[in-house]
Amino acid sequence: METLEQVLTPEEQFQARIDADVRIEPKDWMPDAYRKTLIRQISQHAHSELVGMLPEGNWITRAPSLKRKSILLAKVQDEAGHGLYLYSAAETLGTTRDQMLADLHSGKAKYSSIFNYPTLSWADMGCVGWLVDGAAILNQVPLCRTSYGPYARAMVRVCKEESFHQRQGFEVMQTLCEGAPEQKAMAQEALNRWWWPTLMMFGPKDADSPNTEQSMKWRIKRFTNDELRQKFVDMMVPQAEFLGLTVPDPLVKWNEERQAYDFGEVNWDEFWAVVKGNGLCNHERLQARVDAHEEGAWVREAANAHAAKRAARGAAVAA
Amino acid sequence: MNQSEWPLWEVFIRSKQGLDHKHVGSLHAADATMAVQNARDVYTRRLEGVSIWVVESKHIHASNPDDSEAFFDPAADKVYRHPTFYEVPESIKHM
Repeated sequence: METLEQVLTPEEQFQARIDADVRIEPKDWMPDAYRKTLIRQISQHAHSELVGMLPEGNWITRAPSLKRKSILLAKVQDEAGHGLYLYSAAETLGTTRDQMLADLHSGKAKYSSIFNYPTLSWADMGCVGWLVDGAAILNQVPLCRTSYGPYARAMVRVCKEESFHQRQGFEVMQTLCEGAPEQKAMAQEALNRWWWPTLMMFGPKDADSPNTEQSMKWRIKRFTNDELRQKFVDMMVPQAEFLGLTVPDPLVKWNEERQAYDFGEVNWDEFWAVVKGNGLCNHERLQARVDAHEEGAWVREAANAHAAKRAARGAAVAA
Repeated sequence: MNQSEWPLWEVFIRSKQGLDHKHVGSLHAADATMAVQNARDVYTRRLEGVSIWVVESKHIHASNPDDSEAFFDPAADKVYRHPTFYEVPESIKHM
């Protein structure tokens, strides 16, 4: 008897599994393009976590209290952990850690453009947690159900930890907003700086995002860029109002008919300029990564030498 | 180019006494001691575990997904291995 599977091509069988919401695991057959797309997306995601440590690392020594410093340290350590979960997930697809880092350091691989903006005041730490991590959560929660098993499992861990990041950011903002007028002004200035770059985190408009359709079909992505951007605005405008802050977009207005907020157009020229390497901190961020990697080379070599020495000693004892 | 890359290790964590170790992910480390320490930092920052196993990934042998039908399907038609296959008279208790 000929079963349905026998007449389907491998691609059709693969798509049928995706459509049935069966997760794909590392050793399963998958189209080359699916593998390539995932390696690109997961490694970019990992790079974003890694580079994402830099703008906040900038404030660890200048946190306003020991409590804030401990929180910030824990958060930055989490970002490193998130990067490691994601690099591991990408490695199950056949790429190597060395290759991914080489691509980051050469500028071939991208990371989230948001980290190419500077963190000028302590209030920016509030905005990074509240807005940037808030946007990241919206992007990441649907990824817990993405079709590739190791990526989905890594995202479950990341999402569990990420909500603390957003809450501590909101708390920083709330504390500033309930403080002196100067502190509240600082919070408003930070919101003015971060609002638009955060909206850019969801990527280009659906019409300008050629990969979205295929990624949705493969269930790597579950929502389009514009859908997520709209959700974010709907979530954040009331929170800004609660804080007594004004979102820097005169076109933000509740639309009763759509049951959603209308909002203005992102400056896409700025978006593409930053993506192409011309943001305020692109050079600085990449250089910091390259320096950290190069200055850490002796540690990696020494650990290898130590492991080899101990292995040799163990072999000598056994002999 | 992978000469310098530390070996890959799979990490298994027992979340509490009485439960088994469960695979949680992988990481790179130069040796087993470092792998356990790194696993502590990467996978148990929020009391997720009370015990860690690490196994160098190259030592894991896995079944082949291409063979999974031939490998696993023979168990599919042996319903008599499950207690629900048997009808027990209503008056019979404790079975």
